[in-house]
Amino acid sequence: MSKDSQGPLWEVFVQKKAGQPFVHCGSLHAYDKEMALQNARDLYTRRSEGMALWVVPAAAIVASSPEDIGPFFDPSNEKVYRHPTFYLIPEGVKYI
Amino acid sequence: MNTQEALFNYILRLGDNGLILSQRLSEWTSKGPFLEEDLALTNIALDIMGQANSLLDYAAKIEAKGRTADALAFFRNEREFFNTLLVEQPNGDYAQTMVRQCMIDNFEILFYGALSKSKDETLAAIAAKSVKEITYHVRHSSSWIDRFGNGTEESHARAQRALNEFWRFSDEFFEMNEVDMVLLKEGIAVDLAVLKPVWKKNTETIFAKANLKLPETTFMQTGSRKGVHTEHLGYILAEMQHLPRMHPTAKW
Repeated sequence: MSKDSQGPLWEVFVQKKAGQPFVHCGSLHAYDKEMALQNARDLYTRRSEGMALWVVPAAAIVASSPEDIGPFFDPSNEKVYRHPTFYLIPEGVKYI
Repeated sequence: MNTQEALFNYILRLGDNGLILSQRLSEWTSKGPFLEEDLALTNIALDIMGQANSLLDYAAKIEAKGRTADALAFFRNEREFFNTLLVEQPNGDYAQTMVRQCMIDNFEILFYGALSKSKDETLAAIAAKSVKEITYHVRHSSSWIDRFGNGTEESHARAQRALNEFWRFSDEFFEMNEVDMVLLKEGIAVDLAVLKPVWKKNTETIFAKANLKLPETTFMQTGSRKGVHTEHLGYILAEMQHLPRMHPTAKW
């Protein structure tokens, strides 16, 4: 199998509107920052997906592993007192 | 000639540039150097086709002979096209395509910037919308020129060869004839003489940054203002037009 010469992998995040979170939408290969940003614009904003882009080298991302689900995430399921469900949020407020 | 005839010819120049260039860029579909760039270039081709569509729609309206944009695109012959000679040149390798594109994009950003102040409201609106797209095209082609020029020996050689080949088509962007004179009086057309030194300086800067030398030849190709084209346009039109011409009443 030939060596992959497409350049490093980058992960792309799109922000729909100012103030909202950036959401992961896919990945691409590019050789540097400028090319990664332009390629992200060409690949992932064709249908008005958003107003801002982040591109991050995949190598810079540190991810949790499936083995971590137990120790990292399960304990919080039983700690109901941490969830803000006892406050009444006014109607029409979508993003708090 | 009267204003209507001049305006029809003027809009055809612009629409034909977009139509033929878009057709050329589409030849790269699924053949791009890598996936992301394939999508980038075909997106650019679509942007340009959108501009051509709006312009040819308007041209058909100005002509007022009942022709549609489609009729103008698919049922005219070579001598009735007024695109510049540069847009019909072959794609060659990717450096060649990018050199051609860089020269064109840097002209269009100046031209449509000026046209957005035209007294003709439709042209001004089309121009204002196009400027946003072309700003992106300039960024795209200029960064490729930088990469090719400052890349490897081979990329540099290919880009330099393309620049040497295409430089003789550059003066044609700025040719003005009776059509321009009639429309300049009405405040509709753009004064190309004003744009020429700006374009020269901008392209010099971009190519210099890429360590590419502008050729010293002073011979310049010409002819498209009269509908006289290079050997390439015939083949482009044959491919583009043969299907509608074979089935002229088909609808889809």
